[in-house]
Amino acid sequence: MTDNTFTGMDELYRDFILDHYRNPRNAGTLDNPDATFEDLNPLCGDKIRMDLKIDDGVVTDVKFKGRGCAISQASASLLTEQIKGKSLAEINKLGKEDVLANVGINISAARLKCALLGLKVLKSALALKYVEEPDL
Amino acid sequence: MSAIVKPQTQGLTQADVARIRANFPILAERPHGKQLVFLDSAASSQKPVQVIEAMDDYYRRYHANIHRGVYHISELATEAYEEARASIARFIGTPCAAECIYVRNATEGLNLVAYSWGRSNLKRGDAILLTEMEHHSNLVPWQVLAQQTGAQLRFVPVADDGRLDLHDLDNLLDGVRLFAFTAVSNTLGTINPVRDLAARARAAGAVSVVDACQAVPRMPVDVTEWGADFIAFSGHKMLGPTGIGILWGRKALLDAMPPFLTGGGMIGVVELTKSTYADVPARFEAGTPAIAEAVGLAAAVRYLEAVGMERIHQYELSLAGYALERLAQVPAVKLYGPPMSDRTGVISMTVGDIHAHDLASILDSEGVCVRAGHHCNQPLMEKLGVPATARASFYLYNTPDEVDALVSAIEKAKRIFKIA
Repeated sequence: MTDNTFTGMDELYRDFILDHYRNPRNAGTLDNPDATFEDLNPLCGDKIRMDLKIDDGVVTDVKFKGRGCAISQASASLLTEQIKGKSLAEINKLGKEDVLANVGINISAARLKCALLGLKVLKSALALKYVEEPDL
Repeated sequence: MSAIVKPQTQGLTQADVARIRANFPILAERPHGKQLVFLDSAASSQKPVQVIEAMDDYYRRYHANIHRGVYHISELATEAYEEARASIARFIGTPCAAECIYVRNATEGLNLVAYSWGRSNLKRGDAILLTEMEHHSNLVPWQVLAQQTGAQLRFVPVADDGRLDLHDLDNLLDGVRLFAFTAVSNTLGTINPVRDLAARARAAGAVSVVDACQAVPRMPVDVTEWGADFIAFSGHKMLGPTGIGILWGRKALLDAMPPFLTGGGMIGVVELTKSTYADVPARFEAGTPAIAEAVGLAAAVRYLEAVGMERIHQYELSLAGYALERLAQVPAVKLYGPPMSDRTGVISMTVGDIHAHDLASILDSEGVCVRAGHHCNQPLMEKLGVPATARASFYLYNTPDEVDALVSAIEKAKRIFKIA
């Protein structure tokens, strides 16, 4: 049954988003991560933890674990793919626009927090790491 | 596809509901170009024009501070504020208007009891009994009270069917000074046996506190019949404005309680270093109160009385029954909560592996408003083993057609998520 009343929602929940939601990449945790952080969106209960291995200023491995809506989980999964092998300098430049570009659609204000939760966790993990080891 | 048989609704006829709907201007809104299907009244109900106009009329014709001015419009405002209290008192079955204290909402009412009654009556080693199905507003104030007094918290468990497991209640009540419980679960819709719980609390020597947020809007409530000691509810869930609610308490208990907030309006004689306090209810209403909101809440009460609470209750039950019946036939829909015999028109559900937020977003694109998340009920959600549910709740202005709209929006969500 074709349904064009749902065009907007079809665009939001495209196949690759559903795929990342149901089969998250880099899922799990790392032993002895160099940086780690967990955060949640208390309004909806979306939760993400991210573990990073950092070698010489480059993210060599990343895993994430979480629960929540398709938007939060898929955008975290996409983000982990994006940052593996990237330098901290490059990662620091990542912002809201990059996450939205990954998800591929402009998201309503109500759901923006879901999409940005992964990035927030990533930045918090690095900020914590940076405080502990200012020479990085 | 078999033809859908529309239910014979109880309580209100289709013509009644059509007349009611015409009183709610917001129902003509078209979000995303779709007819608004508002199924989130358990969070906050919509307002009839009678309430909006009563508040508008107050601001246009007789706004002034109350209990202060001797001029005409101040007298009018004072009269309206106190008449509103009397109307609300009658509505919940108490002849004593002074037992109804205006608060901002049920949350403030429960905090008032925790702060004022709790701090002067509880000590280390005393026990507070709650249930596992409490809204955060009837949980966190008691946690804080327990931390500050050294009292211990106990919980009546929730059984798998969404009802309270009362088999051990007598043991749980042993040594309890205060038993706080909800009349109706905001997540599962479970109707608790308030009268029985209050009686058993009393027999055990405990004060009972009822969160009546989900009960007062949707069923006849008579505080005398309930026999509890304190009852709190919010105006905005019962057709009234935000920013006003009621704490009802037994006069003898209220009379013995120290103030909660202090300042103007709640005093007797003020000296530089000490003051005496006004009698109940003024003692608990420091500062200029929500006058327009009191006027609005009284208008809401008149509206509900004119329709009839028993009819509203019956109608809501028949709508919820129809919704449960239809939803049970949709593959991948999982419903939570007790059978219809023990519930109101609040339905929590999950659909396949669609997260409640995604489901609510897709329903919203069809104009259907439901609540998604933990419903301020995190411990209960943990117990159910789901991170979040979507909750549809029904009220006097909803229709069987809106149940159908909910079901077809859920079917669309399933198509988008490719769930059979």
